[in-house]
Amino acid sequence: MRRSKYIRPEHLQNGGGAPRLTTSAMIASIAGPDQPTKPAPFGHTLAAVAERNARIVGLSADLAKYTDLHIFRAAHPDRFYQMGMAEQLLMMAAAGMAREGFQPWVTTYAVFASRRAYDFICLAIAEEMLDVKIVCALPGLTTGYGPSHQATEDIAMFRGMPNLTIIDPCDAHEIEQAVPAIAARKGPVYMRLLRGNVPLVLDEYGYEFELGKAKLLRDGRDTLIISSGLMTMRALDAAKELQRDGVDAAVLHVPTIKPLDEATILAECRRAGRLVVVAENHTVIGGLGEAVGATLMRSDVRPAAFRQIALPDQFLEAGALPTLHDRYGLSTGKVVSAIKGWLDE
Amino acid sequence: MADIGHNVSLSERARRIRRNALRMGEVQGQGYIAQALGVADVLAVSYFHATSYRPEDPEWEGRDRFLLSIGHYAIALYAALIEAKIIPEDELETYGTDDSRLPMSGMAAYTPGMEITGGSLGHGLGIAVGMGLALKRKGSKSFVYNLFSDGELDEGSTWEAAMSAGSYKLDNLIGIVDVNQMQADGPSLGVMNFEPLAPKFEAFGWFVQRVDGNDIDALVTAFDAARHHAGAQPRLIICDTKMAKGVPFLEARERNHFLRVEPHEWAEALKIIDAGAVA
Repeated sequence: MRRSKYIRPEHLQNGGGAPRLTTSAMIASIAGPDQPTKPAPFGHTLAAVAERNARIVGLSADLAKYTDLHIFRAAHPDRFYQMGMAEQLLMMAAAGMAREGFQPWVTTYAVFASRRAYDFICLAIAEEMLDVKIVCALPGLTTGYGPSHQATEDIAMFRGMPNLTIIDPCDAHEIEQAVPAIAARKGPVYMRLLRGNVPLVLDEYGYEFELGKAKLLRDGRDTLIISSGLMTMRALDAAKELQRDGVDAAVLHVPTIKPLDEATILAECRRAGRLVVVAENHTVIGGLGEAVGATLMRSDVRPAAFRQIALPDQFLEAGALPTLHDRYGLSTGKVVSAIKGWLDE
Repeated sequence: MADIGHNVSLSERARRIRRNALRMGEVQGQGYIAQALGVADVLAVSYFHATSYRPEDPEWEGRDRFLLSIGHYAIALYAALIEAKIIPEDELETYGTDDSRLPMSGMAAYTPGMEITGGSLGHGLGIAVGMGLALKRKGSKSFVYNLFSDGELDEGSTWEAAMSAGSYKLDNLIGIVDVNQMQADGPSLGVMNFEPLAPKFEAFGWFVQRVDGNDIDALVTAFDAARHHAGAQPRLIICDTKMAKGVPFLEARERNHFLRVEPHEWAEALKIIDAGAVA
């Protein structure tokens, strides 16, 4: 339930005595306090890839600075096009440039690409299989600004669009590898962007991004966590905590949501006796969880149990990101307790 | 052979475009015939006076790009592409049928010479902006033409594109608005009042002309002025056209957005159009 606008904060109510909360939507990092990070991996990588690929141009809708595209703009000022705060135009213009042989990388927020520009991506870009790369910040629950900025259903919407490849990277290491791979793949791609100081996680695991491939990051006998995006970071942290409590958790990272690596997912889920948990930074409806569930059912694969960690089918609240991740079940602690609870069922 | 003269020849092109459209309409018995008859003169001047292309190589890099934003006007553009010998004439009879290269709503993947997929209205002008920017980037001298409709003036995306074209001073972009005063729900100005139209685009930085879109001499003058205008700004030709132009009994129909024509009327309409043929 969302809070009522007619109820004042608890500490201001008569005889409240509750502590005054100081956390706010300004706390919006997904990185833990001591976690290593890298600044603007998308912007730096795209600028470097563009050195070798003259077809690449960058377009944004008044959000270059907030999607790390300003790094590209600084490196290649004549290849950057400002389309104004007009996401429909952003997609149409990208389509026109792609028709003329360029490879436009367009950036905005995921809410605006999915909700506002859908028809333009669908008809002007995807239907024509044009080589446009759509890179969007604030995917799922990565801002405390409330539903206007929280793209909790972007993957559900975009999964329904034919021809579109969907990538949900986990960290800076993966973004650095995904950008050249996406540039090398002809056709429309939607990538969820982690921006600013982005956590560095997967380098420890010797991970290499391969478009269309799910990768097992760690193995485990008791449960298999299938995850994408920042939830892979949570899953890895959760697996370490579970290990301390004697629970052996495997983590299968699925950065390519579409086309889905069904073969790897099915092979992992066929291993007997494991609880399968799909964890995603997205509404429970229409994302990786339901994609995996349908894949299993179509192939008659029945794991010991199947559960989802995902955002509820609700418009979410505003607030500090750690508060919200805890409230909606995306924090490491909530992932650990959910899995323990299911294993005890 | 009679000396038909330059503009008379364009009239004959327009007549044949009307004829092709009527023959396609007859295949389905109904369709966006009134729009095709209305815009035939604009297409004749576009394809036989203003634009460069190679019929045998519709994707020739040096061509002018002609975008059809109004997907349901496909019947009109097919009629012009057939006259321009980009589509063979014998495909007329396949219009709208299964496996045809001439679907009811225009799609780039289906038809040679069809540059974009229109139909979701309000897309063309923005794609034209992207193409205009790209052509400049390539150092190309080609123009991008975008044919759109008065109904598309209702779409917000049209105005996003209009503002950006002005902002980027896209002097290689020529917009053509077909103002035929008829939309799906009735007369255009009753659906949404877009007037005064020319001052709106002028305020957005465009070089704007408004002409009788069924007057070939006026169209030739306007297209020439649009191409040769010295200002660093996008160009717009507002074409006031008459729905079903050239077939009086169809012109007289009040609701003609999607015309149903009785079987015997097709021959009658063709007879009227053929009466204007130049020997």
